[in-house]
Amino acid sequence: MLTDNFILFVQIMSDIQIVEAPPGVEGSGFFATSIDKAIGLARSYSLWPLPFATSCCGIEFMATMASTYDLARFGAERMSFSPRQADLLMVMGTISKKMGPVLRQVYLQMAEPRWVLAMGACASSGGIFDTYSVLQGIDEIIPVDVYVPGCPPRPEAVIDGFMQIQKLVQTESVRRRSSPEYQKLLASYGIQ
Amino acid sequence: MTKITNEELLNSITAKFAGVTSVGEPFGLLTIETSREEIIDLLTFLKTDAKLQFIFLTDITAIHYPKQEKQIGVIYHLHSLVNNVRIRVKVFMDENDLHIPSATVLWDGANWMERETYDFFGVLFDGHPDLRRILNVDDMTVFPMRKEFPLEDPNRVDKRDYFFGR
Amino acid sequence: MQNHPVFTDNDPQTEYSTLNLGPTHPATHGVFQNVLTMDGERIVNGVSTIGYIHRAFEKIAEHRPFYQITPLTDRMNYCSSPINNMGWHMTVEKMLGIQMPKRVDYMRVIIMELARISDHIVCNSILGVDTGALTGFTYMMKYREHIYEVFEEICGSRLTTNIGRIGGFERNFNHIAFEKIRSFLKIFPPNLKEFEALFNRNRIFVDRTKDVAAVTAETALSYSWSGPLLRAAGVDYDVRAMEPYSSYEDFDFEIPVGTNGDVYNRFLVRNEEMWQSMRLIEQALNKIEKEDPNIFHADVPEFYLPPKEEVYNNMEALIYHFKIVMGEVPTPHTEVYHAVEGANGELGFYLVNDGGRSPYRLHFRRPSFINYQMYAPMSQGMLLSDAIINMSSLNVIAGELDA
Repeated sequence: MLTDNFILFVQIMSDIQIVEAPPGVEGSGFFATSIDKAIGLARSYSLWPLPFATSCCGIEFMATMASTYDLARFGAERMSFSPRQADLLMVMGTISKKMGPVLRQVYLQMAEPRWVLAMGACASSGGIFDTYSVLQGIDEIIPVDVYVPGCPPRPEAVIDGFMQIQKLVQTESVRRRSSPEYQKLLASYGIQ
Repeated sequence: MTKITNEELLNSITAKFAGVTSVGEPFGLLTIETSREEIIDLLTFLKTDAKLQFIFLTDITAIHYPKQEKQIGVIYHLHSLVNNVRIRVKVFMDENDLHIPSATVLWDGANWMERETYDFFGVLFDGHPDLRRILNVDDMTVFPMRKEFPLEDPNRVDKRDYFFGR
Repeated sequence: MQNHPVFTDNDPQTEYSTLNLGPTHPATHGVFQNVLTMDGERIVNGVSTIGYIHRAFEKIAEHRPFYQITPLTDRMNYCSSPINNMGWHMTVEKMLGIQMPKRVDYMRVIIMELARISDHIVCNSILGVDTGALTGFTYMMKYREHIYEVFEEICGSRLTTNIGRIGGFERNFNHIAFEKIRSFLKIFPPNLKEFEALFNRNRIFVDRTKDVAAVTAETALSYSWSGPLLRAAGVDYDVRAMEPYSSYEDFDFEIPVGTNGDVYNRFLVRNEEMWQSMRLIEQALNKIEKEDPNIFHADVPEFYLPPKEEVYNNMEALIYHFKIVMGEVPTPHTEVYHAVEGANGELGFYLVNDGGRSPYRLHFRRPSFINYQMYAPMSQGMLLSDAIINMSSLNVIAGELDA
């Protein structure tokens, strides 16, 4: 009976999926790969999001965080409300012109590397509110990496957007943030 | 469940206030019109009278008719919980002479309702403790709910009329 | 911005510090700001700033036809959007003089009460989270998914539902929807009982919420409070009982009323309202069985959009469809005020019409906006942690606050 349990244990342990190792050189006691890939792997599976929830998409995000569509299994376990400790800024909901400077200040307070996910139609382009008081898309004030359309997007769509961010993180070069193209991008938004 | 009919209500109001004109009873809600000199006395009477007891201020809002002689009207909705009857009071004013006494002397809840009305229509409430914009940006100079103000932001450069059917 | 006091030689307590609470809130209540002047932990004064999500609903409504305003009303109180939708449809039907069949009224009651349960789940569990009890939130959010499944079965969307049309519903509830509603009524009560067992007599929770932010009935009425907040203060004003709409007079339900309006009372009132909502849904299901199962809209072809099969095959349906969409149907030149009992209070729609396709003026009487103005005066003299619990129990939804 002890051996039966042991066999069962081995079976269960071998069903666990672990992340594939990046391509590299393997030997006895060492594994060599490029730093980009190793760091990208570590970062993408431990992104700390900042939920910048303003309206209805915020409630759909709460549903994504809850147990049915658990976002924590993708590594986003710790929601950081302080920008200084967050990697990913998830803007969820309509941003009005009064809120624009606040969003920009939160973005500026984040440390590099930082990514931005615009969730919902309002954050991507102003949504159904083409009015005098609504900012027509947050990419007027901050650079955005992934747009998730929907009004509100289903939790599966949010998870898909999050996985796109993970892909971006995995394939990003370590030198990107100090490269001239990136500096030019930030300068076009007026960010030094 | 109404214990007071609209005729009784109208009679008890017109007995005390001569300047009140009854506009009608759309859908059973008595609507009366008065002037800004009488409005606070009328509201005080409606609130404190022992039989009427309109103690609940439902809402204060405004409306803009640009083609009328008195363009902007401030509209009060009151509700008497004891008698289960509502009443609507309107005061119309000219655009260039846009001020009315504040109802904050009677109800504390009128504070933000009047700020919202000021923010959208520019109605000045005399005696309001803190009359400033509430929903729009603080440095806005125009009043957006007036009919001449456009819905969409006129300073947008990225909207191609061809795609928007214009 | 100072956030530690500067001591002077004479009296170390005379320097106040300023604390900026919001608009990016750690607890996702919404975007509004309170600049608090604090004396240590105690709030001396507070100034509220709102408008960070002002989307100009009233202005948009003047440019949209009546049936296109329903998606706007969704996004006001987005935790319980079906109530807003139904309230708007009832306002337009009142204006047009359309009488609804009983079955449609009962279907509406089911939808509205499910939405009320979903809003109260959010409010009460987030109140628990603000006191530090995350378990209640984690377990109760699962039941919101069940309610979302019901909405999805009926109208296709989870959160911003756009349920129903002016004149009824766009399609009948199928048997799967009824099964899901019945199964929700079976599985939710034991879990609501568990939630109550976790909180109602929990020493820590009671100590944190009892006698915090107590409000007298006179003050509440003077600030035009309504809904669970006013009922917790002792006034039994419920629009469903006072001015019954959608056949609420046929139903048998109680209105829970509190005593002193503190946070604990508001929590208990909302819990009890969830029980009463379930009672209403069960009664509605029983009443629906006695009605003709094929009725799901009123017989008003001038205002109710015909189904697409008829539009493509039937000449009259095509003409009606064209007339409704292009606004060729004349509407009365009048004004109407209709109120429904939203999850936060009296949600009113003041509609002034000039005979065209869009309203001339539409004003929403938003309960969160009117309830929230008392927050700054109420928080004077409170401890900061009590003020956070107070804000959480007011259930301010930012979409409804700013409209």
